[in-house]
Amino acid sequence: MTKGRVSIVVERCKACGFCIEFCPSHVLAFSSAFNAKGYHVPHVVNPEKCSGCDLCGMYCPDFAIYGTKNANVGGEK
Amino acid sequence: MSTDLNTDLLNAECSNPVEPFLRSDRMPHIWCPGCGIGTTVNCFARALIESKIDLQSLALVSGIGCTGRVAGYVALDSFHTTHGRAIPFATGLKLANPKLNVVVYSGDGDLSAIGGNHLIHAARRNIDLKVICVNNLIYAMTGGQTAPTTPDHATTSTNPYGTFEPSFNLPHLVEAAGAVYVARWTTFHVRQLARAIGEVFQKKGFSFIEVISPCPTLYQRRNKLGDALETMKYYKAKSKVRHGAPTSEVGLSFNGEIIVGKFVDRDRPDYQALMRAQYAESLGERYVQLPYEKEAEAVCS
Amino acid sequence: MKADPRGVLTGEHFIDGDHACCEGALAAGARFAAGYPITPSTEVVERFAARVPTVGGTFIQMEDELAASITLQGAVWGGAKAFTVTSGPGFSLMMEHIGYAAMTETPCVFVDVQRGGPSTGLPTLPAQADMMQARWGSHGDYAIIALCPNSPQECFDLTIKAFNLAEEFRVPVMFMMDEVVGHMTEKVVIPPADQNEVLPRKHTKKSVEEYLPYGSNGDMVPEIAHAGEGYKFHVTGLTHDERGYPNMTPQTQDKLIRRLQNKIRAAADRIAMFEEEFLDDADVVVVSYGITSRVAQRAIDIARQQGLRVGKLRLITAWPFPEKKIRELAGKVKAFVVPELNLGQMALEVERAANGLARTFCLTHAGGGVHHPEDILKVIVEASR
Repeated sequence: MTKGRVSIVVERCKACGFCIEFCPSHVLAFSSAFNAKGYHVPHVVNPEKCSGCDLCGMYCPDFAIYGTKNANVGGEK
Repeated sequence: MSTDLNTDLLNAECSNPVEPFLRSDRMPHIWCPGCGIGTTVNCFARALIESKIDLQSLALVSGIGCTGRVAGYVALDSFHTTHGRAIPFATGLKLANPKLNVVVYSGDGDLSAIGGNHLIHAARRNIDLKVICVNNLIYAMTGGQTAPTTPDHATTSTNPYGTFEPSFNLPHLVEAAGAVYVARWTTFHVRQLARAIGEVFQKKGFSFIEVISPCPTLYQRRNKLGDALETMKYYKAKSKVRHGAPTSEVGLSFNGEIIVGKFVDRDRPDYQALMRAQYAESLGERYVQLPYEKEAEAVCS
Repeated sequence: MKADPRGVLTGEHFIDGDHACCEGALAAGARFAAGYPITPSTEVVERFAARVPTVGGTFIQMEDELAASITLQGAVWGGAKAFTVTSGPGFSLMMEHIGYAAMTETPCVFVDVQRGGPSTGLPTLPAQADMMQARWGSHGDYAIIALCPNSPQECFDLTIKAFNLAEEFRVPVMFMMDEVVGHMTEKVVIPPADQNEVLPRKHTKKSVEEYLPYGSNGDMVPEIAHAGEGYKFHVTGLTHDERGYPNMTPQTQDKLIRRLQNKIRAAADRIAMFEEEFLDDADVVVVSYGITSRVAQRAIDIARQQGLRVGKLRLITAWPFPEKKIRELAGKVKAFVVPELNLGQMALEVERAANGLARTFCLTHAGGGVHHPEDILKVIVEASR
């Protein structure tokens, strides 16, 4: 079970690249898809490495991505 | 059309933890791709979550400019005032209702040029305001004119042959004027910025956080400094954390080193404390404090 | 609502207009003033600075008029009734923020104790040359209310009225004194608190979900909320919709700006205050305001003694201009005589409203003193021919 997960609000993304660059675990990369504005949005390429630290969320200027910690295995939610 | 998009984790509902702080009905915002203002708002929101501050007691005041638009995007009592005058407006708000936590969120041109006089007097008086100054080194909203913070020899729309004016060292200016908390971070330093914002909510008096931010469309582009991502990498590479550095030494130069950190954290009685003390001493029993003033005093001191 | 007794200095006083204005503000419930004092308005806030800490409230001397004129608005949104005082040069500096108050519908009072201008002019001498500026000084289309006291007693009474009008219409009200009225000392009777009618703020009673910060509420004046009450409203000087959100389209502009204008215009008859005398048989009507009306009174009295059929119309409300009254009179009289301490400002309005049905005689004065009753009498005689 991964420690964290990333959620992306596709239509808000403006492809600045901050989340991809500054994710400490290199979880993200640009996908080849693009949103209605024509921006290539990031997607998760190394999900197992995601710690849910939410640095991607803090960097995002467009409120388009955020990380959450998953509930601990065997622990309380 | 097929893509390599990993669809499992996409199109999540907007349960972004900062969503409750945003006026979602006004998204998307107007800031350019890579503009750092949104990043600072994220840090601000996270600081609010962490500090568990009562949002009802929070009022946000901004001036005019790209950063000035922050007031319109936060789900708080927010005031988009006139150019340069966020600080005096905020002063009136705070004095009329001392229970409010008043944040001034505005840009470098707004706060230090047209608003310069108010900046120094509010710092002098130590009015209890939390000032977040997003410094993108330019007047961005109006097309990239020279600001008092634009570093030497940069190209702007009103200095097409390069600037030649010395630029303001804002931390030095506000420290000299009397601010009790002075810090500078960049939009790269998201965790430190969020922490600094949390700290100023615990602080009484005039607090000033400068955030160096990219303006990829105007400042960076005109000066061939790359896009926002490259600018963020520059912040990462060339920033040097020096807590407690003398503010006289933290001036910025074109594409040079950026000294960041918490430079000043001192205690001085704030304006309202001084006012109350003076009236109490001079007027004794004749001094009448309004009920909410007494309440605020009890809660905040 | 009755005035808060803490602010009412009941009794008979011998004070000047500036001081009386301060007492009027306190009686009206003003508990905040931000000032950048300027001659001849200074005494208003000097007195307020001395009085308000014993009544409960704040005075702050700001670093300039630009600050003072917006600090008071921050205080309004924080819950206080607030005002500032100034004279010509400061009035000019405050114009941007008067526009901001009009646009954001912030109820407040700006006192202008007029002096000789333009520029530094005659700091210690009277004029009435800011009258058009009071109406049109800020950029764009907006409407304000302006009152003109002509005695220290009126400086007290009408200041309360000014605050009440500000709250009723959510508009900045210009209180147009002049240096003579400000510095003349006369008897001022301040009634007991329960005899002063004070209008409370038009605060919404709607829930957070229902409340629309700029919803016209049926009478073109939205209900207000203050910061810190949980309404999470947004206020902006940008053209905005009923939610207060910026909406920069011609349609929204049309709706908003016309409402800002019409909320005053539609109530013009109710707002207009004037003092009339001898209008029933008048051939000539003297239209005046402020200190000039005191001089004009003497001229009118002498003229009537001489058998001239001259009437008096004293403007207490200068804006909105009582055009209906003027138009009505213009159909019946030969001429209007308008003495002013300026080179013709309200006279332009009289002429406009008269619409050619009667002549308008301007009795100008560049400022620095007041007319001599003889000067006004001379023009009354000429107009009566």
